[in-house]
Amino acid sequence: MSAARWAGGPAGGEVTVEQTERHPITTEADVVRVRQVVRGLAVTAKMSLVDQTKVVTAASELARNTLVYGGGGSMTVDIVHSGRRRGLRAVFVDSGPGIPDLDLALTDGWTSGSGLGLGLSGSRRLVDDFAIESSPGAGTTVRVVKWSR
Amino acid sequence: MDRIPILKMGNLLLVSIQVDLQDQLALALQDDLSERIVQTGARGVLIDISALEIVDSFIGRMLSTIASLSRLLDAETVVVGMRPAVAITLVELGLHMPGVRTALTLEHGLALLGAEVRVRLPEDESFDDLDADLTEAADPGASPGQAVSGRAPTGRPAPAEGAWTG
Repeated sequence: MSAARWAGGPAGGEVTVEQTERHPITTEADVVRVRQVVRGLAVTAKMSLVDQTKVVTAASELARNTLVYGGGGSMTVDIVHSGRRRGLRAVFVDSGPGIPDLDLALTDGWTSGSGLGLGLSGSRRLVDDFAIESSPGAGTTVRVVKWSR
Repeated sequence: MDRIPILKMGNLLLVSIQVDLQDQLALALQDDLSERIVQTGARGVLIDISALEIVDSFIGRMLSTIASLSRLLDAETVVVGMRPAVAITLVELGLHMPGVRTALTLEHGLALLGAEVRVRLPEDESFDDLDADLTEAADPGASPGQAVSGRAPTGRPAPAEGAWTG
């Protein structure tokens, strides 16, 4: 996967990464585990309670997408540093059918399945940086970053 | 599979979600609740989510569905105890929960339902007995005009519905 849309730190500075963990997402129990792992790292990154809740909610939405629409995959999550700021980066990867029209998929209320259509559009609003790469047959990768304030 | 317990309290059903909800568990709760509403003739459902650290779109939809289902089955649903951070996140997520009524605490939720559906034990005269006792105790013959002040015309204690009429 290219890092083409990785925008760097909050001020465009250099980003360092630590504490990388990878978790499979193949069952509903894994979605719950993803929430717990992201919660733990958000606490480590010293996020406020509201920001913790936002990033955990976003991770829950994206993990469910990975499971339900992507047919399973994984999340790679780490703590990122830029200058004095810390944040959490999570990358959700599946090798499912992919998303033919990304703009459409990012529209509120649009869903290919039985959901509410808020998974992608809603989680984008809950994080600071959101990047998605997908093409039909090639799976989907979503990368989100939330910086502590 | 685990189930979330549903407690019957008079003509209300009480659910307190204390676990990190897996999707299947949420769906099972929907089914169980609608069955219990019909089985018990419950008029109100209280769902306590104060232990939930997040409400994502799936859980939000579950709450909406429960509210719609229970309304069709002649019961009102009130969701109580939402954490402030959860509320902030739901707004930003863009999740609307049509038909879901909320109250800050279980007590407020009870008052909200009590004002609408009258918390009473079914086929149980204990409330009437209680009222009768109260009426006798408060009305020993002297100054009946004062004794009934603060009471509804029926002689029943005035329902605490002022602030919770919805």
